[in-house]
Amino acid sequence: MVSYFKDIFVGFYSLLAGMGVTIRHFVRPIVTTQYPREKIIMTPRYRGHTQLLLDEETQTHRCIACELCARTCPSQLITVKGVKLDKKKKVPWYYVIEYQYCSLCGLCIDVCPTDALEWSDEYRLAGYTREDSVFDLMTRFQRQQQMAGVPMTPIPEEPPAETEGEAEPKEEGKE
Amino acid sequence: MAQPAEVSLFGMIVGLFGVIGLVTVNALFLIWMERKVSAHMQLRPGPMEVGWHGSIQTIADALKLIGKELITPKDADRWVYLLAPIVVFLPVLLSFLVIPFSQDMVIRDMNVGVLLILAFAALTVLSILMAGWASNNKYSVFGAIRSVAQNVAYEIPLLITLMSIIIMVGSLSLVDVVNAQSRYWFILIQPLAFILYITCATAETNRAPFDLPEAESELVAGFHTEYTGMRFALFFLAEYTNMFIVAAIATVFFLGGWRGPFLPGFAWFFIKVYAIIFLIMWFRWTFPRVRFDQLINFAWKILIPLAFANLIITAFIMKLL
Repeated sequence: MVSYFKDIFVGFYSLLAGMGVTIRHFVRPIVTTQYPREKIIMTPRYRGHTQLLLDEETQTHRCIACELCARTCPSQLITVKGVKLDKKKKVPWYYVIEYQYCSLCGLCIDVCPTDALEWSDEYRLAGYTREDSVFDLMTRFQRQQQMAGVPMTPIPEEPPAETEGEAEPKEEGKE
Repeated sequence: MAQPAEVSLFGMIVGLFGVIGLVTVNALFLIWMERKVSAHMQLRPGPMEVGWHGSIQTIADALKLIGKELITPKDADRWVYLLAPIVVFLPVLLSFLVIPFSQDMVIRDMNVGVLLILAFAALTVLSILMAGWASNNKYSVFGAIRSVAQNVAYEIPLLITLMSIIIMVGSLSLVDVVNAQSRYWFILIQPLAFILYITCATAETNRAPFDLPEAESELVAGFHTEYTGMRFALFFLAEYTNMFIVAAIATVFFLGGWRGPFLPGFAWFFIKVYAIIFLIMWFRWTFPRVRFDQLINFAWKILIPLAFANLIITAFIMKLL
């Protein structure tokens, strides 16, 4: 007899406790990010595709077009072409990755001698064609500089094809 | 006292259109409210695209349902199948006749008001059985059988708890019940009856945690599996309107109907009704579904003895006073 009423009271109290949990959730703010209207902010270690790192002191990139990244990449998707500014310095004028083959292994970033590469936070990488996954990192770098508010580094021109012994380094505006 | 038996044609027509308008707007609003309440209890926003915070979403859904093809299963019992959505909706619509929305806003104040509503609530059981049987689908029949057992079992404590209030008031007319609460609301002196009534009302309208007949994850959709398009919309409409009716009875019997300071009568009535509906929706998103044997045990072994105890104590106290 007593256990009958005890069951009823214990059961009723547990129902009320459950309703308390639900109503506390009702008044909490929602956790959904409503995607097209609010953009998601990625965490610092998120891996999008690779991009050139914007060096804060020189306000430009640190790439010396040594092509170590292109040689290390297991999928051979990086194409780097450099041009010599003078006897010592070399800069890239063409840096293109084919992201559809990328395995996000990070070997290119690890092997770079000047630490010129980093992960971007780009997640909107869906496309309709294969060409949508080919990324030009030089023009992207100019956009990065524009977003950071620093003057853009002009992309060097393609050097003329070298004939034997006559490599004339072209004047470019590396400012 | 109840109105004399004169009838005004104009009053009836105004009442008819008012009720139809109320039923439609109420269903639109309640479906939106259900989606929003359930969403916020789950920490998500619910419908946000169509209209301000999804307010026109229900109209979009209704248009979609109207555009769907009406399929009749091949070996279905044709007339029973076609009549079931109508039979589920009509009693619920007729129950609006006796509900007092405000001081003078009652279509027909019958002196058997409560009996009318309870009798019509019993008719919906018949329609669920019709729908389940005529669909020629064994899962629908399971859903219908469970629903009949559940509805019959939970009608008994419903009637008995309402009886405890009626013997205090002395009349079956809803207007008299509201007028008898002029000094204090009945929930203050009969809290047990209120809790029992809300439980039985949730079970009568087949809402969770008692929604085995619809059991969306178990029986596909229970007794209304085979219904498409507008016929399904009628079942849906009937469920939400039934929810409004039981909440209206709860406010009339326990919360003082349209009484309240400052605001006009029908404003208080709707506020109270929607508060009770929020309570019913709160139940749905808190409790897991009860198993069928637990459900029947609960009705016969716990609710009915408690309801009888409540009635006997009330009768004693009424006799002593």
